[in-house]
Amino acid sequence: MAKSEKIIDKNIDISNYKGVWVIAEQRNSEVLNVAKELIGEARKLAKSVGSEVTAVLLGNKMDKWAEELIKYGADKVVYAEHKLLEVYTTDAYAKVIFELITSRNPEIVIFGATTIGRELAPTLSAKINTGLTADCTRLEIDLENSNLLQTRPAFGGNIMATIVCPNHRPQMCTVRPGVMEKSQYDESRSAKDKIEKITPTLSDNDIRAKVLKVEKGNMPEVALEEAPIIVSGGRGLGDAEGFKLIKKLADKLGGVVGSSRACVDCEWIDMAHQVGQTGKTVRPKLYVACGISGAIQHLAGMSDSECIVAINKNPEAPIFKIAHYGIVGDLYKVIPEILTALDNVEDILQAFKKLS
Amino acid sequence: MKLKVLVCIKQVPDTNNVKIDKETGTLIRKGIKSILNPEDKNALEEALRLKDEIGDVFITVLSMGPNQASVVVKEAIAMGADRGILLSDRNFAGSDTWATSAILSSAINKIKEEDGLDLIFCGRQAIDGDTAQVGPQIAQHLKLPVISYVEELKYSENKVLVKRAIEDGHYIVECPTPVLLTAVKQLNTPRYPNMKRIFETFGENPERPIETWTAEDISLAKENMGLNGSPTRVKKIFTPSRKFEGEFLQGNLKEVARQLIVRLKERQII
Ligand SMILES: Cc1cc2nc3c(=O)[nH]c(=O)nc-3n(C[C@H](O)[C@H](O)[C@H](O)COP(=O)(O)OP(=O)(O)OC[C@H]3O[C@@H](n4cnc5c(N)ncnc54)[C@H](O)[C@@H]3O)c2cc1C
Repeated sequence: MAKSEKIIDKNIDISNYKGVWVIAEQRNSEVLNVAKELIGEARKLAKSVGSEVTAVLLGNKMDKWAEELIKYGADKVVYAEHKLLEVYTTDAYAKVIFELITSRNPEIVIFGATTIGRELAPTLSAKINTGLTADCTRLEIDLENSNLLQTRPAFGGNIMATIVCPNHRPQMCTVRPGVMEKSQYDESRSAKDKIEKITPTLSDNDIRAKVLKVEKGNMPEVALEEAPIIVSGGRGLGDAEGFKLIKKLADKLGGVVGSSRACVDCEWIDMAHQVGQTGKTVRPKLYVACGISGAIQHLAGMSDSECIVAINKNPEAPIFKIAHYGIVGDLYKVIPEILTALDNVEDILQAFKKLS
Repeated sequence: MKLKVLVCIKQVPDTNNVKIDKETGTLIRKGIKSILNPEDKNALEEALRLKDEIGDVFITVLSMGPNQASVVVKEAIAMGADRGILLSDRNFAGSDTWATSAILSSAINKIKEEDGLDLIFCGRQAIDGDTAQVGPQIAQHLKLPVISYVEELKYSENKVLVKRAIEDGHYIVECPTPVLLTAVKQLNTPRYPNMKRIFETFGENPERPIETWTAEDISLAKENMGLNGSPTRVKKIFTPSRKFEGEFLQGNLKEVARQLIVRLKERQII
């Protein structure tokens, strides 16, 4: 760098930038759920600024998926197909997306805050020289000036900060999986003339950090984000054995097992089960928190659940502040009662009807 | 030939114990410990591990922050780093991740031009912001390749072989040096500072005094630094609002369980 080198230009005309883009991440040639969620959110944003949603897909032999993205709500799809885009590499992906962004000038670009999105997005923000906000949990348009209001947790979830990028474009952010709602899948949306397939120029020499191998973890991935019912255990379980009872309740309700970080730290359960700020963000129909105090970092991952049931022996536990139904008591006594009651649902309903 | 390694480190408030002023929604800084960011410690440990293994390794640590951040630079030297640089200047204040990475990379570039650099380590993310942006941004400013979420590293003659974590597995990545790597806690277990070096470093006439660099020492234009050089702005800070007071189910446990079933049935959950 020469002395006093200026690397960012502040005098851009922001009115030249149009459209909301979603970078639709794929793994093993399947688009991730987070991409569908982002399209749902992008539609709302596009509506308030009066523009369109473009999904950007990088991969190889993924024409079917390009069409699917239209059915998930994208107005257009730009599909960059290349053998070297089959597996993610920062060098190849950043090159292709950089060329697309700088030649077409979108107003907003949204990435999933995955382990890959969180590497790709900052690389691009420095390549384009624009702002980037990480791990947003809420996006809105400021109706005054149509800036994107990007809200995210900070200081371990203790505070929320709303970030703007007033003088640079595009406005870029990452959003965590599970936070936004998918828009309705619409079979009838036709993909005709809406997919632009491009073949970027790429060669082996463009890729410095090369992926030699993709290793699948041996832990089965717990589909927490997809589960309609989650039963979570916390330190109140006392030991790893306690998760057997949690599993029993989860199985009976047709749900899956979640956990607080305390249990993951104690190695009672695998990290894949962790809900919260540094775990997964979930919004199931039912979330049952057993022996979980309700630390702010845990709430950050589950407080949008439709119905929250908390079981805790301490009536002052913060989890009760957000619970719809609170049960004060020892989980080892409460859960067996619930299991019994679940075996007698019809009888219980009959009895209640008689009473009322 | 000597391996030249640079590690970026940050001083952060220990967010495990952060308290918020409920009235103003701001951080109560009084009484909060400042610490060396945990994953930066993993980054430093990996550099030290290479030094143990290869021997001929020179480790520079670089931190941007106010004067008191010199404590973490000294801590790093006490752990075994060879040279410590603190970037401190009023012009840096209020930098977002873009400006922070621009400042750091300008300093790194200077070190690189003077002495050469083979490996740059950062922690994946700092616990005060959790953005994970600065590492990849520095790499891009320097036009170097980046590998984040590094869980395992093997260095051999001008290249690295890395196990990089993804959600449900790993990528095995190979890359020629120079390269920037970001460390996660699974990478290693950081050592404790050596007693003798603690006395040496924090004492009156330290053997390896830390250098302080200001905006004048780097080539980045002032208008790219600090609040003015930052593309993003904080518009508002608030404490997350909690919804409503729910209902405590009353009675003996049997009744409580039955009430719960009825409520869940009413909501058509079961
Ligand atoms: C940067 C950062 C990120 C974090 N990220 C996360 C995250 O992603 N997810 C997360 O969960 N945490 C996270 N944490 C940790 C969080 O602050 C809490 O420490 C953690 O959530 C506590 O877990 P817990 O509720 O299981 O344990 P505790 O807080 O110890 O609560 C145990 C609860 O069990 C109750 N109890 C005990 N025995 C019984 C019994 N027999 N029956 C019924 N109740 C009983 C107690 O009354 C208590 O309320 C994070 C922290 C930091 C600093």
